[in-house]
Parts: sequence; C-alpha cells; structure tokens
Amino acid sequence: MNEERIAELLAELPPAPGAWVRAAQELPRARREIERLVSLAEADAAYRVALLADTTEALRGAGLEPAPRVVARLRERLRQH
Amino acid sequence: MPTAPTDAELVARCRTGDDEAWELLVERFARYVHAILTRAFTLGEHAAEDAFQEVFARAYEQLHSLRDDGAVRPWLAQLTRRIAIDVLRADAREQAREVAEIERVEAVADDTLDRLEQALSVRAALAELPDHCTEILDRFFARDESYATIGAALEIAQGTIASRISRCLSKLREKLEHEGRSAASTASGGR
Repeated sequence: MNEERIAELLAELPPAPGAWVRAAQELPRARREIERLVSLAEADAAYRVALLADTTEALRGAGLEPAPRVVARLRERLRQH
Repeated sequence: MPTAPTDAELVARCRTGDDEAWELLVERFARYVHAILTRAFTLGEHAAEDAFQEVFARAYEQLHSLRDDGAVRPWLAQLTRRIAIDVLRADAREQAREVAEIERVEAVADDTLDRLEQALSVRAALAELPDHCTEILDRFFARDESYATIGAALEIAQGTIASRISRCLSKLREKLEHEGRSAASTASGGR
C-alpha cells in the first residue's frame, strides 16, 4: 500500500458527530436511570402520573439528555409496567 | 505507551457491565458505523443519526449473543448494513420508489464497505503510532483541517507541518508493511 492510498483511506473515516458518539456512549447509564425511574413509578402511583406528565423534566432530573429516543424508551418501559 | 485493548478484550469487559469499556467500544467503531451509514448507504443526516443510535442500542442489547468476541467488527458492520437497508426500504415505501433502486444502492454500498474495512485497518495501525503522528495525520487527512488550524491547535510552526505529515505517513506505511495489515486486526483503531 503506497502513501497516497494510505492517505485516501485515512480520509474515508472522518469523525462521527460528537453528540452522536456521546449519546451512544451514555446508553448503559441511560438504560439504568430509566429502569430506576420505572421502579419508582411502579412503587408510587402519584409519581407515575407526574412522570408521565413530564418525562422530559424527569429525565433531566436524572441527569439525562431528554433526546426523543430516550423519552420514547422511558414511555415504552412505563407502558410495559 | 499503553497498549489499546483488543476488540475481544473490550467486548468481554462490556459484557461485565464495564461502562468505560462500552465508551471505548463506541469510540473505536463510531467512525466506521458513521461512514457505512453516510458514505456506503448515503443516508441523510437525520436518518443516519437515528440509524447510528439504533446500531449501538442493538449492539448493546445483543452483545451477549456474539459467538466470537474478536469478530465484533464484522458483526457491527453487518448490523449497520441491515439497519441501513431497513431505513432505505422504509423510505422507499414512503416515496413509492422501485425495489431495483434499493438493490442498486446495496450493490454500490458493498463496494464501499470493502474500502471502509481497509480504512479501519489503517486507523488501527494509526492508533499505534506515537500520539503526535496520530494527531497530525488524523487532523490533516480525516478531519480535513488546514495547516493554519493544525498549527494553532498543536502549537507548531505551519512551515514544519508538511514535513511532519510526510514523516508520520512514512511511519504509518512502514507499520502497515511490517504488520502485513490489509484486512483483519486485533484492535480496530478508532478515535
């Protein structure tokens, strides 16, 4: 492989957007926090109502960025429980 | 310089719930997944972002089903490919496009995937060079930064940048030749 070809191949993989990478890296913590919120909602009906009314704020309170995918995941888990 | 964990080591650590290993795994393969979605399958930004998150969400959920920890790279490539095709098919249904058009995109994408596979091997070798070489080659070739930007970021004179790039590129070529790297590797690079 000559240097010109190596340079071309280096250019094939520019960085992915930082926000995308961070969101993917946060996945395990996000899943754990969502499960924690779901457990709290299971144990406390009033909390469940409040959580469903404002999932965005609840996620922020848990230190998570309320991206649509994260909000959808929380709502889905609440529906299942 | 500490050695980067191999792909297999990273996967094994991820399975034990090691968040740091997961972050490294995402970092290692983020460019690859991103390039498959945007370069091979030419997804638009929003579709690519959704697909990117879907790839890593499924990878996280299905990592336990991976039979060979060292094969995470082709496994991720295949997962990304399947998700990209699902996106294209869903989009085609909405836009009432022909199946033949999707098949044409798939065929072109497969050629690009071969090239990206090679590119990831080059990045793996790049990650093993001294930091100053990794940094300058990545900035110049992958990030497409100008000499002025590189000079300011690394606090080096612009007049020396071309020669540094040339020296580091030579080192990278020698490393690739020495290791006979063209496809597979134990650690898949990243950063």
